[in-house]
Order: sequence, then structure tokens, then C-alpha cells
Amino acid sequence: MTFKTLLTGTVMALGLATAAVAQDKTKVGFIYVGSIGDGGWNYEHNQGRLAVEDALGDAVETTYIERVPEGADAERVMTQMALSGHDLIFTTSFGYMDPTINVAAKFPNVKFEHATGYKRADNVSTYSARFYEGRAVIGHVAGKMTKTNKVGYIASFPIPEVIRGINAAYLHAARVNPDVEFNVIWVYTWEDPAKEADAAKALIDQGADVIMQHTDTTAPMLVAEEAGVMAFGQASDMSASGPTAHLTSIIDDWAPYYIARTKAVMDGTWTSIDTWDGIEPGMVAFAEFSSQIPADVVAEAKQMIEDISSGAYYPFTGPINKQDGSVWLKDGEIADDGTLATMDFYIEGVTGDIPN
Amino acid sequence: MGSIDPTLLIASLLVASTPILLAALGELVTEKAGVLNLGVEGMMITGAICGFAVAVESGSPWLGFVAGAGGGALLSMVFAILTQFFLSNQVATGLALTLFGLGFSSMIGQGYVGIVPPDVPDVPFGALAEIPVLGPIFFSHDAMLYIGLMLVVLVWWVLRATRLGLVLRAVGENHDAAHALGYPVLLVRFGAIAFGGALAGLGGAYLSLVRVPQWTEGMTAGAGWIALAIVVFASWRPIRVLWGAYLFGGITVLQLNLQAAGVAIPVEYLSMSPYLITIFVLVLMSARKAGGRLNAPESLGRTFHASR
Amino acid sequence: MLTLEKRPIPSKLWSYLTPLIALLLTMIAGGIMFWLLGKDPFAALRTIFLDPIFNEQFASYARPQLLIKAGPLILIAVGLAIGFRAGVWNIGAEGQYIIGAICGAAVGLAFYPTESWIIFPLMVLAGMVGGVAWAMIPALLKVKFNTNEILVSLMLVYVAQEVLSKMALGPLKNPDGAGFPGSRNLQQYPSAHNAEIWAGTSIHWGIIIAFFAVVAGFVLMSRHKLGFAIRLMGESPRAARFAGVTPSWIVVICLGIAGGAAGLAGLFEVSGPSGQISIDFASGYGFTAIIVAFLGRLHPIGILAAGLLMGVTYIGGELAQFMIGLPSAAIQAFQGMLLFFLLGSEILINYRVRWSSAAKEA
Repeated sequence: MTFKTLLTGTVMALGLATAAVAQDKTKVGFIYVGSIGDGGWNYEHNQGRLAVEDALGDAVETTYIERVPEGADAERVMTQMALSGHDLIFTTSFGYMDPTINVAAKFPNVKFEHATGYKRADNVSTYSARFYEGRAVIGHVAGKMTKTNKVGYIASFPIPEVIRGINAAYLHAARVNPDVEFNVIWVYTWEDPAKEADAAKALIDQGADVIMQHTDTTAPMLVAEEAGVMAFGQASDMSASGPTAHLTSIIDDWAPYYIARTKAVMDGTWTSIDTWDGIEPGMVAFAEFSSQIPADVVAEAKQMIEDISSGAYYPFTGPINKQDGSVWLKDGEIADDGTLATMDFYIEGVTGDIPN
Repeated sequence: MGSIDPTLLIASLLVASTPILLAALGELVTEKAGVLNLGVEGMMITGAICGFAVAVESGSPWLGFVAGAGGGALLSMVFAILTQFFLSNQVATGLALTLFGLGFSSMIGQGYVGIVPPDVPDVPFGALAEIPVLGPIFFSHDAMLYIGLMLVVLVWWVLRATRLGLVLRAVGENHDAAHALGYPVLLVRFGAIAFGGALAGLGGAYLSLVRVPQWTEGMTAGAGWIALAIVVFASWRPIRVLWGAYLFGGITVLQLNLQAAGVAIPVEYLSMSPYLITIFVLVLMSARKAGGRLNAPESLGRTFHASR
Repeated sequence: MLTLEKRPIPSKLWSYLTPLIALLLTMIAGGIMFWLLGKDPFAALRTIFLDPIFNEQFASYARPQLLIKAGPLILIAVGLAIGFRAGVWNIGAEGQYIIGAICGAAVGLAFYPTESWIIFPLMVLAGMVGGVAWAMIPALLKVKFNTNEILVSLMLVYVAQEVLSKMALGPLKNPDGAGFPGSRNLQQYPSAHNAEIWAGTSIHWGIIIAFFAVVAGFVLMSRHKLGFAIRLMGESPRAARFAGVTPSWIVVICLGIAGGAAGLAGLFEVSGPSGQISIDFASGYGFTAIIVAFLGRLHPIGILAAGLLMGVTYIGGELAQFMIGLPSAAIQAFQGMLLFFLLGSEILINYRVRWSSAAKEA
């Protein structure tokens, strides 16, 4: 293979290859940024993939590829998936945004679904989950459950998604317990069990008796169990890691969405949409509430879930001030999605500064 | 704002430092014999999964620790055979070992995600653990932590005061001279590499069984590389490895505790500080010995072939 | 028993045969592994090694992609190999790669949204300077204080990674990026975009420079006086000193070349295939390049081949994942095995294996 044949071989590169052989089965590809064994973000996306296989059986074929770095590698993997006759490709990390748009432009007949991004095209949809709805509920429970009035919060990166979660949880904890205080640790990783465990220990040493995490491994739950304090799981049901510590978990349930979108491709009704679903369609779900939560608190939490689900209640409803005391939402005002999507400020009462 | 309780801080620092302490101690022995094995990360993660899997299957964390050490040692033998028999380059082979170890461990570990391993109990010190301050710091840990400390003393003593230590150092300083004196260079190096692998594996098993009792792919997250840094930071002295491990483990723990206490700190700068401190210490040590030589084994990283 | 006998000169024959033997052994061992995982070993090996180059569905796209993947590896490895020949152990190319990318991208972003032909050349310069500057830290500490460059360069990788995450979250963050970490995408800023030079070939400036580096490295090491001095210092530092070679200079030059090459690789990557500074921008090219350098036996032409081979296993590995469902862990382990066999088999080039009836003591 010489340099010259390399060149000549590629002159007709993309045009020819798009004419992938038509298949009976609908072929759905999934691209994950980490390993499906992470027990968190990627694990749940893969559970969604398996649910598609379960629900649609022989009519679909799913494939996946894990640990794809964002950037050039992602773009290549997407292109190869498109070349190999995939009809629908889910790209499940924020950093896949530009590669998805680039590749989609070259393959107008292939549908793309990008998670957590904000750029769309005729054949690119975006989808994300309103995890803050779940955070509001666990914030309420945390406010009721804490004895030391200190909640430890393990945060990954200072991005809108995480900041929104802190605000939602604090708001609802402080409503039922004005003395509550949130200690936030930024660990700058989604997945480093040792660091997450150390962070949990540090928070517990500081007197926190409820731990919330916005990182993916079960390490904080394990530490909470050992230290005899309470904790909330993240992304998947973490009750097995903390039989007594576990209060509930916010579960990312992508299955309903993945099944619906795959069906839409099969019957030709797929269009480019922007989905930001919460509790109502089941994209944000909860693990079983622990028996150590008093029945009335469980009832309140369930009521809140129902109200959010029915649209009777919005977690960010005014009056809410920003951290510096300025008004963010007037009485009765509901936060708009644009502000939520780019949230880069703490609300009043949260202590500390957002890094940078 | 809360303040940090130094007792609790030190107690968690001891636990956080143990995996890197064990791995660094093993690598120190390997390097003392003149072999540079950059595959510590790969051996640690292999030890982590082997230890975890065996502990879960057998229900005994102690068998787990043995398996962790065994797994690390076994993987290190791949390195030993390649570098000692096949005379491959140690830097490249070590890097390949890490690549292989990370992949291999993920493959074995696929069935072990989300499982909680058997508990490793604290040593029952009874009333000693109740002593204020000293109790939580010194008498509230699991047995492996104490074994780690004993191993530091053992390695220090063997290197310093025994014939085995003398031979090991001789091999590391000048393998040709050691060979001429009739010392079994290859045997000593195989042993040193295996010891390094075993301790790296043990460190990995400590990570997956005690420090964070769970299995996650890639859970060592760079601990093996830190262990390599500690060896040089310690200028190849076992007791200093202990301080190095506490420094590296300590900065992370301190950083997180400061945040928890509500102290606003620039996290990135603090996170890079152990590395900068290591460079600084290295410069200090090297400057003081300017003109002379460092404590580094002379034959470190060089290939040995005896048929001349 | 088996003994090894050093050849007076390295064997030409075996230097061509050993990679083939290593490949064959890897296929056997890897095939067994894939079979144990319940996959068809022949299909797996065909997908990994042949499909990226010959499969009609993919090859026209995958072949140029091979260059994209191999380009930075080759560029970095050629720079590193020069230092390794002199016994200068820079294992921190990953850090130099990151800093080169940050400096280059920062220069480009500083001009945003001005369009001018001068921007890209300035970025290239900044990328190179960034890489060289980062490499000068271990170089100067080594020269001034005799500090171990292996460790300093390695430590600086971690420092660079922290700097990268700071930059992605702070100063270089895209102001129009909805608060998400990561810089503006340079692919969407024509003056700063390291674009494809000929449509459909995927060839960008980084690949041209990588090939140029191979040639330059070859000329330097085999035809130039400096190359001779570098090799002499690696083989016998004392002899080098007698020959009038200043070791300090060699250290500075070697680290400078390696840092510059790595910095350039980072710049071309961030302004081209990758597009933006993000927390996960560094994907290990700097470390993989060390292996590539040794697989290529520190020779520029060998590195070219080794870089392309690594590229094939990456791209083939990706295909194998979604075509036949091989886990990515198995592919990583397989790559490790390939490296083991390649590194282990090299002994046949420099040594002869002999049966000797009586083990003679030296």
C-alpha cells in the first residue's frame, strides 16, 4: 500500500459508501464516552440499548462502542457507523455535539440523536433529562432527614447541569429546614472512586449526615454506609451498595425514549426534535424510598413527584433570589428553560463560590 | 464555616496513602535492582480486580489480598521475561504492560460491577482505640494498613542490613561487576520485579477491597504513576517513600477537606501542587549533590546480557 | 540449554522478519483470546487488521483516517526517538502535546473573529513554542541541577493536564457555549482551522509535517554531524565528551526537538481533527508515541511503519466493537499483546540463539 494508492482510493470516498445496503432490520448504534461497566452514566445508556432490543426484538439490531474519546475519534466512529448501514445513532455525551453535527451533514439519510447538547439539524435531535426535578425531591427529603443540618454534596464539574442540581436540592431542603447548610466539594471528575470516597469522608468529617453525589460511582454510598450516615444514589439504583445508608436514588431511565425514537425511525415518523424530559415520561425515575424515611416524608416526596409530573408544580418557582441577594424569579414566576440550560449562578443561601 | 479536625484528617490520610505506599515500595525494590518498570498502573489495576474477584468468590478478603499480590506478580513476570530474557526496552515494555493490564482487568471485571466485597475488619485494639486523638489515628485501621507500614521497615532493614539487600543493591549499581562476582543477576532481578508486581497488586487490592470497596474499570485512576513519582521523590529510600506517600495522598485529602470546610481554594493549583513539590524536591536534592551522584541505582533501566 | 550470542552486526534479514513473526504470534494468541470470549477469531482478526484497509464499505474512508490517527503518533515519536538515541528520556511528550495545543489554540482564539491568513501560521508557531517551553523545564533542570528528566517530564504531564482542565473551564471557555466547558470549535473559524488540504484525503498540515519530520529525522540522524553527536552520546557519553560533544547542549536540543514536535502535534490536532480545547482533549498520544518510537526501533522509517500499524489497530478495533461486538477492553489487551510480541521478538535482530550442550560460565 503506497501513499499514492491511499490518495487515489479516497477520491470518491464518502459519496459511494453512503449507498449502504438496505436492510430489513433497523440498525441502531450507540456511542458511549466511558465504559458500560461504570455503573453510572454509560451503564444506564446501555441499559436503554438493551431495553430497545427487548422491546423490539428481531426488528432491530443494536450495536455499541464504548470509551470513545470526544473529538476526532468520535467523528470517525460515527462516520463508520453511518457507513455500515446504521439507521439511527445515539451519541451519548455532551462533547460529541460538534462531531455529531459534522457527520450528520454528510449522511442526510441517517438519523442522529445527541444527548445533552443544544445543536440540532434536520437529521439531528437532542435529548436530555430534567435531573433537577429529581434533585428537588431528594433535597426535600434531605432537609427533613438531616439531624446535623449539614448536607454534603459531591459535585463533578461546574457546568449548568451540576449547578442546577445543587440549586434545586438546596432550595427544597431549605424550604423544609431553614437551618440546612450545603457543603459542596468539586472533585473535577465523573468517575474516580478513590477521590469520590475521600470527598465523602471529608464531608462526613465535617459533620454532614446526608451525602448527595453528582458523580457516577457508588464509592460515596459505600463510605456513607460504613460511616453510618445517609446518602442518595445517582444515575442508577445504588441501594445494594448502602443497605442502610441508601435513602433513594435518582435513576436515569433512557429506555422509554430510546424505544420511542427507534419506533419512530421504523415507521417513518422520526423528525428532529428537542426533548428535555423529566419525571413525567419516566426519564427521571427513583429507586425505592428507604424504610428509615418517616412515612409522612415519603408521602410528601411522592406528592411532589406527582405534582411535578402533572405540571402542578415547577421546582424553580419564585420567589427565588440569586446568591448575591438580587431577584432572580419574582413571586410565582417560573424559570424559563433557557436560563436553566445555562445556569451559572447559585441561589440565595448556598454558601461558597462556583469555581471560576 | 467548619474547621478541619486534624485527627480525622490524619486517619483518612493513612488509608488514602496505603495503596500508593505499597506500590511505591514495590517499585523501589525493583528499581534498586536496576530495573525500571513503568507498568505499575497496569499491575495495580490487575491486582485490584484479581483481589476483588477472589475475595467476592471466596468470601475471604485475606484470600483476596493474596490473589491481588499474585495477580500483580504474575503480570510482572511478563515484563520480567521480556526485559530480562528477551532484552526488550524497559520503558516501552512497561508502558505496554500498563496498556495490557488496563484492558485485561476490564475484561475480567465485567461480571463484578456493582457488587460489594466482603468487609475487611479493623484490628481489634480494644481500649487503645478509645484513646483521644491517638486512638483514631493509630488504632482504628485494618490489618493491611499495618502490614504496609511493617513492609516499609522490612524493606529498609533488608536493603540496609542483610546480604540479600547487599546483593540486590550490587546488581542495581553495576550488573556487570555483580555478575563477575558470581551474583545471580537475572535471578535477583526476577525476584525484585516479582516483589514489585506483588506489592503493586496488593496496593490495587487494598484500593478495591478497603479504600473504596468496589470494582470500577480503571479505578486506579493514575495511582500507579504517582507511585513511580514517589520512588524518585524518596530518592530510593524506603522510609522516605512513606513520607512521599503521605504527601501525595495527603494533598488530595487536604484539598477535599478544605473544600468541605468551605475554604475557597483554587482546586487546579492545589491538585498540581504535589507534582510541583516533587520537582522542587528533586531539584533541591540534585542541587545539593551537584557534582556528586544521586542515590539512583547506576544500572537503572539498562539492559543486562551476561554471555560475554 | 539455549544461550544468546550477540551478533557482530544487527541482522538485516531478521529486522524484516521479526515484525512478521510478532504479528503472527499476536494473531495466534489474540485469536485464542477472542475465541475464549466467544467470538469468531478469524472474523475478529480480519476486522481489526484488514477491514480498515480493504473492506469496500469502510476502506475508502478508513484509509485516510489511518493517517489522521497515525500522524500525531509519528510526529511525536520521531521527535522522541532522537532524544532516546542520546539517552535523554523524555517521557512527558503528553504534557508537551497538551501545552502546545493550549498555546496554539489560545493564539487563534485571541484573534477571534478576525479573519486573516497570518493567524494559522502564528498558531503553529505558538504551538511549537509552547511545546518547546514545556520541554525546556526538564531540560534546564537537568543541565543546571542534574535533575532526573524522566521524572520531571512525567510530573509535568500531570501539571499540564490540570492546566488543560483549568483552561477548558476558565479562560478558554467558549463564551457562547451555554456554560459548558470547552473552547470555541476552531473548525468553525476558517482562519484558525487546520482543514483538509485535498478534499476526501483527510490530509491536513499535521500529516504533511509528520512525513516531513520522518525525512528530516532520517537525514539528521544518518547524514548530519549533530545526529552523529547524538548517537555517540547515547552509546558512550565518555567518548562523546572526548569528541568535543557538550552533553548539556545535546540534552537541550533533544528535549527541544521532542517538545517542539509534540507541541506541533497538539496544535495540529486541536485546530483540525479535534477542533477544540476540552477537558478530555488529551487522549494519550504522547504516551503511545513512546511505544511507537521503540516499535520503530528509534528509526524514522521504522516509526512511520509502527505508527501506521498502531493506527490500524485503533481503527480496526473500533470496527470490531460495533461490527462483531468485541469489548473495547479486549482490544486494549490485544494491543498490549501485540506490543509484547513486537518488543520481545526484536532480540533476534541483535542476538543469535544457540543451543549449547554445556552451560559455560562467563
